[in-house]
Amino acid sequence: MKFDAPAGKNLFDNARIVGKSTRRIDGPLKVTGAAPYAYERHDVVPNQAYGWIVGAGIAKGRITAMDTSDAEAAPGVIAVLAAPKMQPVGSSNFNYAPLFGGSEVTHYHQAIACVVAETFEEARAAAAMIRTRYDRAEGNFDLEANKDAAPMSGEPKTRGDFDSAFASAPVTLDETYHTPGESHSMMEPHSTIASWQGDQLTLWTSNQMIDWAKNALASILGIEAANIRVDSPYLGGGFGGKLFVRADAVVAALAAKEAGRPVKIMLQRPLVANNTTHRQATIQRIRLGAQQDGKITAIAHENWSYNVPSGGSGETATAQTPVLYAGDNRYVAEYCAELDLPEGNAMRAPGEAPGHLALEVAIDELAEKLGMDPIALREVNEPGKTVPGQPQKEFSERNLVRCIKEGAQRFGWSARNAKPGLVRDGRYLVGMGMAAGFRGSPTMKSGARVKLAANGHITVETDMTDIGTGSYTIIAQTAAETMGVPLDHVTVELGDSLYPVSAGSGGQWGAASSTAGVYAACVALRRKIGEALGFDGDAATFADGNIVAGDATHALTDAGAMSAEDTIEFGKFQQDYSIGTYAAHFCEVAVDAYTGETHVRRMLSVCDSGRILNPLSARSQVIGAMVMSVGMALSEELAVDPRFGLFVNHDLAGYEVPVHADIQEQEVVFLDTLDPAVSPLKAKGVGELGICGPGAAIANAIYNATGIRVREYPLTLDKYLDRLPALV
Amino acid sequence: MKAFTYERAKSPAEAAAAVAGREGAKFIAGGTNLLDLMKLEIEAPTHLVDVQDLALDQIEETSDGGLRIGALVSNTALAAHPKVRKDYAVLTRAIVAGASGQLRNKATTAGNLLQRTRCPYFYDPNLPCNKRVPNSGCAAAEGFSRQLAVVGTSDKCIATYPGDMAIAMRVLDAVVETVTPDGKTRTIPMAEFHRLPGDKPWLDNTLGKGELIVSVRLPAPVGGQHFYQKVRDRRSYAFALVSVAAILNDDGTGRVAFGGVAHKPWRVEAAEALLPQGAGAVVAKAFEGASPTEHNKYKITLAERTLAGVIAEARS
Ligand SMILES: Cc1cc2nc3c(=O)[nH]c(=O)nc-3n(C[C@H](O)[C@H](O)[C@H](O)COP(=O)(O)OP(=O)(O)OC[C@H]3O[C@@H](n4cnc5c(N)ncnc54)[C@H](O)[C@@H]3O)c2cc1C
Ligand code: SF4
Repeated sequence: MKFDAPAGKNLFDNARIVGKSTRRIDGPLKVTGAAPYAYERHDVVPNQAYGWIVGAGIAKGRITAMDTSDAEAAPGVIAVLAAPKMQPVGSSNFNYAPLFGGSEVTHYHQAIACVVAETFEEARAAAAMIRTRYDRAEGNFDLEANKDAAPMSGEPKTRGDFDSAFASAPVTLDETYHTPGESHSMMEPHSTIASWQGDQLTLWTSNQMIDWAKNALASILGIEAANIRVDSPYLGGGFGGKLFVRADAVVAALAAKEAGRPVKIMLQRPLVANNTTHRQATIQRIRLGAQQDGKITAIAHENWSYNVPSGGSGETATAQTPVLYAGDNRYVAEYCAELDLPEGNAMRAPGEAPGHLALEVAIDELAEKLGMDPIALREVNEPGKTVPGQPQKEFSERNLVRCIKEGAQRFGWSARNAKPGLVRDGRYLVGMGMAAGFRGSPTMKSGARVKLAANGHITVETDMTDIGTGSYTIIAQTAAETMGVPLDHVTVELGDSLYPVSAGSGGQWGAASSTAGVYAACVALRRKIGEALGFDGDAATFADGNIVAGDATHALTDAGAMSAEDTIEFGKFQQDYSIGTYAAHFCEVAVDAYTGETHVRRMLSVCDSGRILNPLSARSQVIGAMVMSVGMALSEELAVDPRFGLFVNHDLAGYEVPVHADIQEQEVVFLDTLDPAVSPLKAKGVGELGICGPGAAIANAIYNATGIRVREYPLTLDKYLDRLPALV
Repeated sequence: MKAFTYERAKSPAEAAAAVAGREGAKFIAGGTNLLDLMKLEIEAPTHLVDVQDLALDQIEETSDGGLRIGALVSNTALAAHPKVRKDYAVLTRAIVAGASGQLRNKATTAGNLLQRTRCPYFYDPNLPCNKRVPNSGCAAAEGFSRQLAVVGTSDKCIATYPGDMAIAMRVLDAVVETVTPDGKTRTIPMAEFHRLPGDKPWLDNTLGKGELIVSVRLPAPVGGQHFYQKVRDRRSYAFALVSVAAILNDDGTGRVAFGGVAHKPWRVEAAEALLPQGAGAVVAKAFEGASPTEHNKYKITLAERTLAGVIAEARS
């Protein structure tokens, strides 16, 4: 199916199932522990051995010697893979840091060996017996120190004459914000079971993008993609960390070959931060110039980030800036330094998530300089119908101001004291903050196969993944709606490369794209049924297990068993639009006036994301993103030790993600909007929107509570303790 | 984890002798700290003597009106004990500020006292750490040290004792009671139980080889208002940046010990004598001679502010 023009009225406008809060159809499997996650798939292939990866003990240099003799002689050991004795594996479009093989070490905890043994414990114990010597090389690990040498990535996005507009603006701001590196820290570390049958390789793994994984593995391992099967029906989270194939999959495949039997590997938690990818740190300079009435005349946003010398972009924190506010004169530029830290790559809302931590605080600071309410300032600078500077490019659907107003009213924003530091509740300083949020809503080609069984049961097969997001359920809802059957007559099979290629889960494109693909396949099936029974499948009404076509009524079961496959392809017309999602985020914090500890008391996000396919799971997505925002704002930081070139706090005791007990009241509201430009379902993603802005709202609330502005995340108490009110 | 052998001891003396008589032997109680360290081979005992069958899980009143807490009493049971809650509230508050419910169910009184540091470099076998590998160097001294100690440090180690319970026990003047491998008993005041790192940071405490903790004795209750305030980056669940255990009397006098600042619970009697003069005076004295790093010097300010909050609460 080609999606070549904005959707007109269609069956989803009278939906009975799509758009209704629906419990996860895979929920019972998950809460009973029966959902098969990669490492626990004991039944897929017999005789599985255990692999344990050894990570490099230096960040840069060469392995000069590796003694594996003790490990080889250890009890239960089947095989030892030593990187220096093996050819480096190939690379792919999706990885830059080398994954295995050779003596070169380019980042800390790079996989340098793997022990395969009969048991997990034997593999781990033997791995510790490997002795490695290195020739350590000097490296660059410090973004601040390498910032000025960083080349610009691409061209700056300019408009008008920023310099003169800024110089002549009556009110200006020029501030620099730092955001740290972050680790995805998903519950389930990367894991894979690999098995060879002849030249056929099967990987039961945990991956967000099945087709990318298959093709990447082909190029990394130098084998035919057609000989690879990747299966990943359940993931314990990914957040972008499993968009690409990592060492677990590559080494499991090599180890299984070497051992001559299936091998399973899960990355041990202390390896995740440095062995895999992370969100890179940023240094962001923002300059704003405004008139007294608040109208922004000049915006400059420059961002410095980094990646490995072999490629990849920085954390592109300026992504939202060209779109969010009006303003005639602009300068937006990205710089990317080469550092010898581990590879940086996508983490939930790459770019925008840290970008908002700077831009949305700058706007708050500007509002204060202007003596304006930050809400009023945002309203004044709301662009018209088109993207600032691109009069041809319309916003397909944009309701940011509605989000802000609705949120302000629900949150009780009018009770906020604009003067900071004045609201006291016992030992706490209390404040409110808000931020706007934007995240693009890309779409990707997505396919599915839909099968009708003789008894009327529908089965959907697609390589789409459910990374905890609720894909199973929205796909079932889409198929049930389109085929006119109750939800429990639909089975959804995901994550297997034997199924049609889908959009996968990433970039907030999964929900919109994959449901459109399932719709396309259902439409194809309806046509096929129509051909079999003699009616026009497009004109007929499928409902309640029946088909009404003209005067005739058929039972769905009249068609007998059949199946159809199709792929939705999104047309170029989408490029004429700016298709985005918008939100307003509000937060109330209480800061302990003695200790500086911040308690997040209340959070609210009002989201504008088109049709919400399943409000229940969409809400969970936004809630989760808000929780992650609390971490970004308050505690999460990959601490770099520039002497050794590693992230030091590489376990979950040192890298502190918020837990349930840290979260008090959270509320999510979805505006009732539709975006016909995005897909036939008029639905956009929400999973990343929810992390674009709440962190800035927290920072702004801390400022409102204390009168202290900290521009270096995370906002830990050591950064402002000495600026808190004096003790009495 | 290295392979090891395992036995369950039947009596304290037998347990002590079993560990003393064997190179590389160690006790195991709840296992919540030791097993984690064994997985990383930071600890690599060749033999474990499990003490869980020793009947050391009772809390009894002593003749002088105090309490004797068996070494195997779980953190949960100790915190919930009615007399502890009533007369030693600082202890209950300290325990429940630590770890999680699940861990406290498993963690024992003795094991808790002996938990090892949380210095991030201690946990990474690739990096130099004198505590993990004697005389290999200290990566933290010029590294990422915002969690580490500010006082009582040495150029060999700036790690903290990370626990909470012991800070309260220090303020309560608890006494550790042990059995030595020759079957004799010994008592060690909490003040002398944990060591400063000095030039042997690999030694956390003053226990001898094979010396088994059998109980911890609390002297008779001292009254006063009891506080345990723990400050952390993640409010729900994290090791202390700074903690304050305090018992404050109506006349402004009292006792105070600090956690998260030193290689042992940090109580300076001459400093707490200044409590009537306020937090500033106490902290100035208690942290006299402190040698913080650029990363962790905030801890001294934090200690003062936290104590000030406690004093304000006591007065209100
Ligand atoms: C995720 C996590 C978070 C935590 N957070 C906190 C926190 O916030 N605050 C806090 O205070 N603690 C915290 N802890 C530490 C926890 O309190 C300790 O792990 C626990 O108290 C150890 O008790 P255990 O009985 O399990 O000791 P084990 O692990 O069994 O033993 C610890 C040590 O004590 C020795 N030992 C045990 N019994 C005896 C005995 N009778 N005589 C002599 N030696 C003995 C063992 O040989 C070993 O060296 C945390 C732990 C974890 C894993
Ligand atoms: S501070 Fe102590 S524990 Fe930490 S690295 Fe130095 S010696 Fe090791």
